[in-house]
Amino acid sequence: MSKTLFEKIWEKHVVRQLDGGPAVLYIDRHFIHEVTSPQAFKGLEQRGLPVFRPKQVVATADHNVPTVDQHLPIKEALSRIQVEQLHENCAKYGIELYGLGHPFQGIVHVIGPELGVTQPGMTIVCGDSHTSTHGAFGAIAFGIGTSEVEMVLATQCLLQSKPKTMRINVEGDLGTGVTAKDIILYVIAQISASGATGYFVEYAGSAIRKLSMEARMTICNMSIEMGARGGMIAPDETTFAYLQGRDFAPKGEAWDAQLAYWKTLYSDTDARFDLELHFKAEDIEPMVTYGTNPGMGIAVTAAVPAEETLAEKDLPAYRKALEYMGLQAGKAIQGQKIDYVFIGSCTNSRIEDLRQVAALVAGKQKAPGVEVWVVPGSKQVEEQARREGLDKIFEAAGFNLRQPGCSACLGMNEDKIPAGKYCISTSNRNFEGRQGPNARTLLASPLTAAAAALTGEVSDVRNL
Amino acid sequence: MSKAIQYIKSSAVPLAAENVDTDQIIPARFLKATSRDGFGKNLFRDWRYFNDDEGQPKSDFILNNPVFKGKILLAGKNFGCGSSREHAAWSIKDYGFDVVVSSFFADIFKNNALNNFLLPVQVSDAFLQTLFAAVQANPQTEIEVDLEKQSIALPGGEQETFDINSYKKTCLLNGYDDLDFLLSIKPEIEAFEKTF
Ligand code: SF4
Repeated sequence: MSKTLFEKIWEKHVVRQLDGGPAVLYIDRHFIHEVTSPQAFKGLEQRGLPVFRPKQVVATADHNVPTVDQHLPIKEALSRIQVEQLHENCAKYGIELYGLGHPFQGIVHVIGPELGVTQPGMTIVCGDSHTSTHGAFGAIAFGIGTSEVEMVLATQCLLQSKPKTMRINVEGDLGTGVTAKDIILYVIAQISASGATGYFVEYAGSAIRKLSMEARMTICNMSIEMGARGGMIAPDETTFAYLQGRDFAPKGEAWDAQLAYWKTLYSDTDARFDLELHFKAEDIEPMVTYGTNPGMGIAVTAAVPAEETLAEKDLPAYRKALEYMGLQAGKAIQGQKIDYVFIGSCTNSRIEDLRQVAALVAGKQKAPGVEVWVVPGSKQVEEQARREGLDKIFEAAGFNLRQPGCSACLGMNEDKIPAGKYCISTSNRNFEGRQGPNARTLLASPLTAAAAALTGEVSDVRNL
Repeated sequence: MSKAIQYIKSSAVPLAAENVDTDQIIPARFLKATSRDGFGKNLFRDWRYFNDDEGQPKSDFILNNPVFKGKILLAGKNFGCGSSREHAAWSIKDYGFDVVVSSFFADIFKNNALNNFLLPVQVSDAFLQTLFAAVQANPQTEIEVDLEKQSIALPGGEQETFDINSYKKTCLLNGYDDLDFLLSIKPEIEAFEKTF
C-alpha cells in the first residue's frame, strides 16, 4: 500500500496502538532547554524515577541567556537559577549539555541539525513548539509540553494521536529577493494562523526541492504558526550532503546503511493526503506582517488591508491588532518607520542567513536612529561568521553582532524591544508582547530586515 | 495537582477573543519558575493589568469583572495557539478553571490541558455563540459539563455532545495520567527497542 513520508516514519515508531485512542510512540531524540524542563525533572524526582535513555537526550541553554558578556554570571536571578538547574539536572542524570561557554551551545533548533544529531527518519521532540524545524531533514519532529517532557525522560515514549496529513506544494522559481521566509509567510497569510491545525504538513514541489537545508529549516520552523503539529520535507541529496561529516552523523559503514534507509523516505507517488494545497513560487513577493499573528502578512509592496475587505465578524479583532501595532488600514506598509531590527531566532539565524545579510549590507551603513541586532543561532555560527569576516561587515555597517541565544525572539531574556517601538524581526511570532510588553513586531526575511536597517523604514529589498 | 474530572456545574467567564495565544495566557517573562504552582496570578497578565502593576487592573478585561466567575472559561476559536508552554494550562488551572470551552483548540495546548486535568471542550461555532449569549445575558447561568456522557448543557436544555478519545476520558475520569500508563508498559518499550 502506498504511504506518505509521515506514515512511513510514524508506523515504524509505534510501540502499541491503543483502541480508540492514541499510539504509544517511540522517540529517538529528545532536546531539552532550561525553560520547559525544570518541572519535568522535579516530577521524575518526586516519583523516584531515573532518566530512561540519557544518551538520547541533548540539552542546551538558549531562551534565558544573555547575548553579551556570556562569560559573566547571568545577572537576572530567575534566569540564572533556571540555567543552573539545567546544569545540575544534566549532571545528575548523565545528559549531554551544551551550556553557556560550550563550543556547541546555541538555540536548540539550530544546534540539533548543525551537529548532525537531527537525522532523517527519526522521531524528535522538545519542549518547544518550533521543534518542527527538524522536520526539514525528513523527520517527525514536534513540540511537547512539560508533562510530556517528563514522560519522554522517563520512558522515551509519548502517547500521541495520529494527526491528519496535508501536503503543501510550491512549484516554480522564486524571484530575486524572495526567500524561504517569504514562502512560509505567504502560505500562512493565504491559509491563516489556524489553517493547518490538526495536520502534519509535508512541503513538496520544485520550489522546495531547490532550497538549501537552512532555507528548508526556515519553512518547517514556521509550520506551527499555521497551527500544524509539524512540518517535514523528504530527504534528498541536499539533505545527505549537509549531514555527511557532521559531528554526530553516522560514519563509515553505518553511514552507508543509514543512507540506504534514508533513500526510502519519501511519499509514494499515489500516497493520499487528507488535504493538498498548491502555490506558485512566481506569485510570492517579499513579505512582511502588519498585525499580531503570523497570518497577518502582506507583500511588501501592498497596503495594510482596508476594512471593506474583511468580514464583519473579523473586524473587532482586526481593529484591536492595528491599534496595538499603531498602523492604519488601507495604508501602504512600505515607508513604515522602524526603530529596531532583529536578525536572529531559530527561524533565521543560520550561517546562510548571516551571509545573505552581509552580502546586502557590505560597504553600506545602517540608517541613523535604528538599532540593529544580529544574533547568531549558535556558537558555531558565530565562529563561522567571524572566520568569513562577516563580523567586520556588520561592524562597519553599524550592526551589533551579539552572542548566540533566543535573544529578542521572546521577551524573556535581557534583549527586549521597548514598548511602542517598531521592530522588523526575522523571528516567527508577532504576538502582542512577544518581544517585550507593547513591542510592535513586523516579521520578515533577513533580506527585508536588512533592507529596513539600511533605510530606517519598511523597504522593498529589490529596489536597493 | 492531578485530580479526576467527572461532572462540573458552574457559571462561566466569557472571554470573547479568537486566536488567544499562549503568550497572552502567560507572557514569557513569567516562565522562569522551576515549580508548577502559583502561575494563576499571572494568567493573562498583560490583559489584566496596566504596566504590570497589580494596583492598576484594566477594568474592561473580563477576569477583572466581578460579575463573571466560575470554573468554566468560554473562549473564542483557536484557543491556545502559539508557544508550547505548558505554563498556559497550569496558569488556567491554577487560577481555578477546570474546563475551557472553545470551538477550536490548538493541538499542543489541548494535550497540555488534558495532561493537567483541565478539560478542553470543543463545541460547534453555533453552540459556542449560544453559550456566550446565555452567559452574557445572565452571568449566573450555570453550564453543566458531564464527561461521562460527553455532554455540555445550558439550563434551558440546549446541549451538545463533545469528542474526547476514550483513553483520555478514562484517564480524566479516574485521575490517571499518561506517565502512569507508560511506566506500566516499560517492558514492552524495552522489547520494542530491541527490534528497532
Ligand atoms: S528562537 Fe524564539 S522561537 Fe526559537 S526556540 Fe528560541 S524562543 Fe523559541
